[in-house]
Amino acid sequence: MAKLVIDPITRIEGHLRIEAVVEGGRVKEAWSSGTMFRGVEIILKGRDPRDAWVFTQRFCGVCTTVHALTSVRAVENALNITIPENARIIRNIIDGAQHIQDHVIHFYHLHALDWVDVVSALQADPGETAALAQSISTWPKSSANYFKSVQDRVKTFVESGQLGLFANGYWGHPAYQLPPAANLLGVAHYLEALDWQREFIKIHAMLGGKNPHLQTYLVGGMAIPVDPNSQIAINAQRIAQMKQWAAMARDFVEQVYIPDLLAIASFYKDWAAIGGGLGNYLTYGDFPRRTIDQPAEFWIPRGVVLNKNLATAPAAMEQERIAEYVTHSWYTYAGGDAQGKHPWQGETSPRYTGPKPPFEFLDTDAKYSWLKAPRYDDTPMEVGPLARMIVSYAAGHPEVRATVDGVLQQLGVGPEALFSTLGRVAARGIETLLMTRELDRWIDELAANIGRGDLAIHSGERWRPESWPAEAEGWGFMEAPRGALGHWVRIKNSKIENYQAVVPSTWNGSPRDARGQPGAYEASLIDTPVADPEQPLEILRTIHSFDPCLACAVHVLNGNGRELTRIQVV
Amino acid sequence: MADAMSLEQALYHRGVTRRQFLKFCGLMASVLALPPRFAGTIATSLQAAPRLPLVWLEFQDCAGNTESFLRASNPTVSQIVLDLLSVNYHETIMAPAGKQAEQSLEDTLTNYPKGYLAVVEGAIPMGEDGVYCTIAGRAARDIVREVCGNALATIAVGACAWDGGLPAAAPNPTSAVGVKDAVPGITLINMPGCPMNVVNLTGVIVHYLTFKELPATDQLGRPLFAYGQLIHNYCPRRGHFDAGRFVEEWGDAGHRQGWCLYKMGCKGPQALSNCPSVGWNDATSWPIGSSHGCVGCMSPHFWDTRTPFYERLPNVEGFGIEVTADQLGLGVVAGVTAAFGAHAVISAVRAGVQPIARHGQPPDQQSDTREPPPSGNSNGS
Repeated sequence: MAKLVIDPITRIEGHLRIEAVVEGGRVKEAWSSGTMFRGVEIILKGRDPRDAWVFTQRFCGVCTTVHALTSVRAVENALNITIPENARIIRNIIDGAQHIQDHVIHFYHLHALDWVDVVSALQADPGETAALAQSISTWPKSSANYFKSVQDRVKTFVESGQLGLFANGYWGHPAYQLPPAANLLGVAHYLEALDWQREFIKIHAMLGGKNPHLQTYLVGGMAIPVDPNSQIAINAQRIAQMKQWAAMARDFVEQVYIPDLLAIASFYKDWAAIGGGLGNYLTYGDFPRRTIDQPAEFWIPRGVVLNKNLATAPAAMEQERIAEYVTHSWYTYAGGDAQGKHPWQGETSPRYTGPKPPFEFLDTDAKYSWLKAPRYDDTPMEVGPLARMIVSYAAGHPEVRATVDGVLQQLGVGPEALFSTLGRVAARGIETLLMTRELDRWIDELAANIGRGDLAIHSGERWRPESWPAEAEGWGFMEAPRGALGHWVRIKNSKIENYQAVVPSTWNGSPRDARGQPGAYEASLIDTPVADPEQPLEILRTIHSFDPCLACAVHVLNGNGRELTRIQVV
Repeated sequence: MADAMSLEQALYHRGVTRRQFLKFCGLMASVLALPPRFAGTIATSLQAAPRLPLVWLEFQDCAGNTESFLRASNPTVSQIVLDLLSVNYHETIMAPAGKQAEQSLEDTLTNYPKGYLAVVEGAIPMGEDGVYCTIAGRAARDIVREVCGNALATIAVGACAWDGGLPAAAPNPTSAVGVKDAVPGITLINMPGCPMNVVNLTGVIVHYLTFKELPATDQLGRPLFAYGQLIHNYCPRRGHFDAGRFVEEWGDAGHRQGWCLYKMGCKGPQALSNCPSVGWNDATSWPIGSSHGCVGCMSPHFWDTRTPFYERLPNVEGFGIEVTADQLGLGVVAGVTAAFGAHAVISAVRAGVQPIARHGQPPDQQSDTREPPPSGNSNGS
């Protein structure tokens, strides 16, 4: 049976390739390959640890901010620095805003076209779309005239003959299930979300100087000052502005994103039984309500759920039990490629053994990806919004329980529906909804703290390298939009001795490990229906449900690599 | 293409009024540093333009420039950019995947030879036969040669596509280079920054459609309208620098009041960029505006030449009053590893060599325009 190849997987960040064997209209086996490598950790060696966050933030521009935050946490952990309250709260606000904006962009701009047929929207009766919109939401832009104007725009675009980004799409594919009226609703909100994300993310520009790639992190706190009596610092005006952005987020998520999600999901309930995959979920936890070393106080809890077990509390997550394999990755280990190595002992030498480009197929029996294979207790895990909602649910998180139960009830499905492609899509929406409520509370918390006269934003006693120990090591972590993210840093004589990241899309997109266990993408694709192997829309649905981010996922751990060819750059 | 609608018509169908359209043209004239009368010229040109095909390639990138592109700030700018162009290939946002995506690329190359714009984001790894970045089984270096070699013009967005950026930082593990070295000799505009500011990308495109030529650049290919001035010259905190009011510690009273960040490592005195004028995210703020120093992300090989980020630049003189910042300040300059001396900066600025947007001569002797030594020789490892 010939393999099906999808390369590039588009509407993701980075360079992902899927090879799959399809038999009897279903995926029998699948392989996930990251096809780009930069070696940022090699580049970090020998540099000032206070600079690391600027470098690591560039792991990814879609998940901007998350690697910066994780990096400063890793260095602060190594140097035993506790940041001021204002810095903790501002980081939560930035982090929460990133989740909200990123999830909305994912739903509308990266994922929606797997479910919404743009061409079918041309056949819609705008009056029907208005009736549908008004039946599911109080969002004011819902008149027949409004949807008529959107439809006219699309018609004009199509009639221009230049279809641009929408050319060669899978329009008319039998897996599209929405009626024309719902497709038109989806298209209208695709366009609205494009405007919304640009406006909402200004909260990052205020707090971080710019987005993408915010520039106000510091090891020890933040550089954005707070002072009610300064015109350049966070003052009452800026608090009020942030509150407005938070309200804007909440309105859009409550009145557009969630109603759309529920409406679309109701036409695709069969996808609640497709794409489940591993059934093992891991979170590091995040959004500290006290200090970072008190995970019991995190808003998103830390834990491990195995075998889809929601009945008992999650098991404890201990980072020491993480190991990475390179058995099927284009790296070698000195002691042999069959062993796993904890990030502290991380040792990696890139060695490409795949086919010379241009090539048609990878040798998936051998090494086939630039991603490594992280495992927890030698078990492959899924990370991300679904993992967070499942760990929170199992831990009895009251808001998560209430919201998840409400959504399941509304869709008329049981908790088992969570373990699926549709479950991932729903979990991301639920998380966004809860996050918009929390965002407003964090801004209030910041205002209250400033109101108490606390103007500290940076802990400076260990800013200068002279104050550091000769050697130190630290672990930084967070829950990025795509899942559990960890950075491990070793500092020696004020320089980075070793730096390493194990990121969400490495967990989810990993190739097989030494035991041949597939990663989360690979496992989730098994049994996915494929109506037409020439137009593998269904495979995209399940892959996109993870929100892949491949630039983040490819790393090399230290400088033990052999000397590479170097060309002169003039 | 003949019956393709003009931009103004297309916008009208999208609910953008003529008044809003002219307002945009005025904004573009100001971004491009053109006299106000050019707003009319821009409007006339755009009204007649069919949508120019555009192919956006991503290689060793983080999609930060793509995200910047999505943040086009004026309420109508993103619509104008989308409607002004026919974005035929952009992996991050295009509908088709795999074979069908590659078909979109092939169709553009076949149907519009030398008639499309190429935008490149990310570095191109030249080592090991190109295995460090492949798309559809093809090496990035082969794709970039084919696509940019047949384009009307290429715009390299972000630091990585310009000079290799982060992947090319020492020790450059994958032998990464920018477009200028991967495809020498093509018509190329470089828009450094990490990421580039979308206001400037919009500016280049509108400039091209208006004047039927690319904007004037310095010798490194950077448009003068966006990269012709030192941040230091237009920094709102310049008065504090001249008066010797420096932030000494993060969160101190001076930091809270917006004093100069020079002593905290700000690279503004060596960075050519219009950040202070145009800001980021619809001028909501910019890095110095949010009280962190500039990291010089628009400067050559900044990951090696502008690090460590928190070490101050050496001997930036205060002008207006003839003493150095160190004489004004309290501290002693620590060991500094920045690659360029400051005297060149001072002399260029003093000489008043400031280009006017079009056909201007680039300021000679500015430190930021000199090519750095080949990657791999700098600090950091």
